[in-house]
Amino acid sequence: MTAVANTDAAGTTVATPQVMHAALDASKLKEKISIKNLEFFYGDHRALKSINLSLYANKTTAFIGPSGCGKSTLLRILNRMYDLYPGQRATGEVSFDGENLLRPGIDINLLRARIGMVFQKPTPFPMSIYENIAFGIRLYERLPKSEIDDRVEHSLRRAALWDEVKDKLNATGLGLSGGQQQRLCIARTVAVKPEVILFDEPCSALDPISTAKIEELIDELKQDYTIVIVTHNMQQAARVSDFTTFMYLGELIEFGPTATVFTTPRDKRTQAYITGRFG
Amino acid sequence: MATTSSFNTALYGRRRVKNIVAKSLAYGATAFGLGWLVLILGVLVYNGIGGLSLDVFTENTPPPGSDGGLLNAIVGSIVMTILAIVIGTPIGILAGTYLAEYGRHSKLAMIVRFINDILLSAPSVVVGLFIYEIVVAPMGHFSGYAGSVALAVIVIPVVVRTTEDMLRLVPDTLREAAASIGLPRSMMIMRVAYRAASAGIVTGILLAVARISGETAPLLFTALNNQFFSLNMNAPMPSLPVVIFQFALSPYEEWQRLAWTGALLITVTVLALSIIARSLTARKS
Repeated sequence: MTAVANTDAAGTTVATPQVMHAALDASKLKEKISIKNLEFFYGDHRALKSINLSLYANKTTAFIGPSGCGKSTLLRILNRMYDLYPGQRATGEVSFDGENLLRPGIDINLLRARIGMVFQKPTPFPMSIYENIAFGIRLYERLPKSEIDDRVEHSLRRAALWDEVKDKLNATGLGLSGGQQQRLCIARTVAVKPEVILFDEPCSALDPISTAKIEELIDELKQDYTIVIVTHNMQQAARVSDFTTFMYLGELIEFGPTATVFTTPRDKRTQAYITGRFG
Repeated sequence: MATTSSFNTALYGRRRVKNIVAKSLAYGATAFGLGWLVLILGVLVYNGIGGLSLDVFTENTPPPGSDGGLLNAIVGSIVMTILAIVIGTPIGILAGTYLAEYGRHSKLAMIVRFINDILLSAPSVVVGLFIYEIVVAPMGHFSGYAGSVALAVIVIPVVVRTTEDMLRLVPDTLREAAASIGLPRSMMIMRVAYRAASAGIVTGILLAVARISGETAPLLFTALNNQFFSLNMNAPMPSLPVVIFQFALSPYEEWQRLAWTGALLITVTVLALSIIARSLTARKS
């Protein structure tokens, strides 16, 4: 795919970020998560307005939009992270493999094991590199030590970190560089064997080389997982995602294959945001 | 110096003078405060070091007019302090955990926090009288247990405060990360939050030890004193602060000398605990 030039209303050409994945036909894909009439409230403030959206299995969906548009809020509904804070609530339906995850009484801890999350800032636990990963495994499975060792190695390989840490697995995870810490967090998430991985601006605290590594990783991970990524970086959305959701002021403005959203957006606001004229 | 026409030399000069005055006042106040501290420590070392000998640690407190040591008082202090920490620390950590992790913004937490702050600055003599009323009076006699309970009442608010403060320093992102792999809240607190805050919580406990090892008033009404060596917690028990109090006020020279030595011992112990506590937190950050 090559960089596509867009012509705006005034007739001048503006550069659009380069899209890496060809447009997909959504009708042929399997729906992993389906969101219907979702609304979200911080106290009395309505932060999300009637969101309808499908997230497809083994694809990467990017949420983009200016700060405060609700993209992180939407992401944090998918693993019920908002439950940690009083006064926040969601209405509507978020169906995950057919089960409404907003339903009261759902096992939230089990849900979070199935829908993992990687955060903006790397958040290794204050323990050794090995323990950071083994910890999550032991939560749900009783395995002999040798199998846990295998899973730890596999997870670290999956996060492209194994070669850098294999000789210091007992060293503290806090001693790693920012980029390594973030990959450790990805390994930790992968180790629990989730079905979906949510990335909340995973590269915004990282340097360009670490960012490139993480993006490469996201591309590989989607073979096994459904990926959702919130990003402020338009180029990143264009590079890593198959589908893009543009949000603005708590509303979903546009959703479609990334190639389509970035080259021929239907909405003027999407076009303006993608070409960097506001946001 | 700039010479542009807009530069007001007089204004700049006035500001410099103000700066010098404020700075001198700040330095003066610091010197005044530290001066007394140095003086106290100096007098303490000058008077206490002479009496320091092996006998202090091997002999019991003497009758008036003869030589002796502080063994029974030192052991009594250690035993009562340990029991007080054993009683007070779990309560303090659990309450601090409630305030930082579960209650946070709830009304109950606000009330508990307010009461804890009052308890933190309550005069220790009040604590002594309170324990006299609820432990010593019903039991009918003074005891080491009562002394430990009184000290525990002083330990609790210190540990509650530091535990809450240290847990609040653990970033919410770490809590979210723990939740994101499906960790239930209780395990998140025990396995992640406590570990991240461990140095700070231990520091709080050490500071509590330092705080109670010099307390006299709560022991006067509870453990009282004992001239002899005793490990019986159900009987009156000697302690360094009470022995110092009694000996320092006595007319006997040997007792006064032992009081100085005891005071030096307590001060050095508290100093050492404070340094350990500080280096623990410093290493963490």
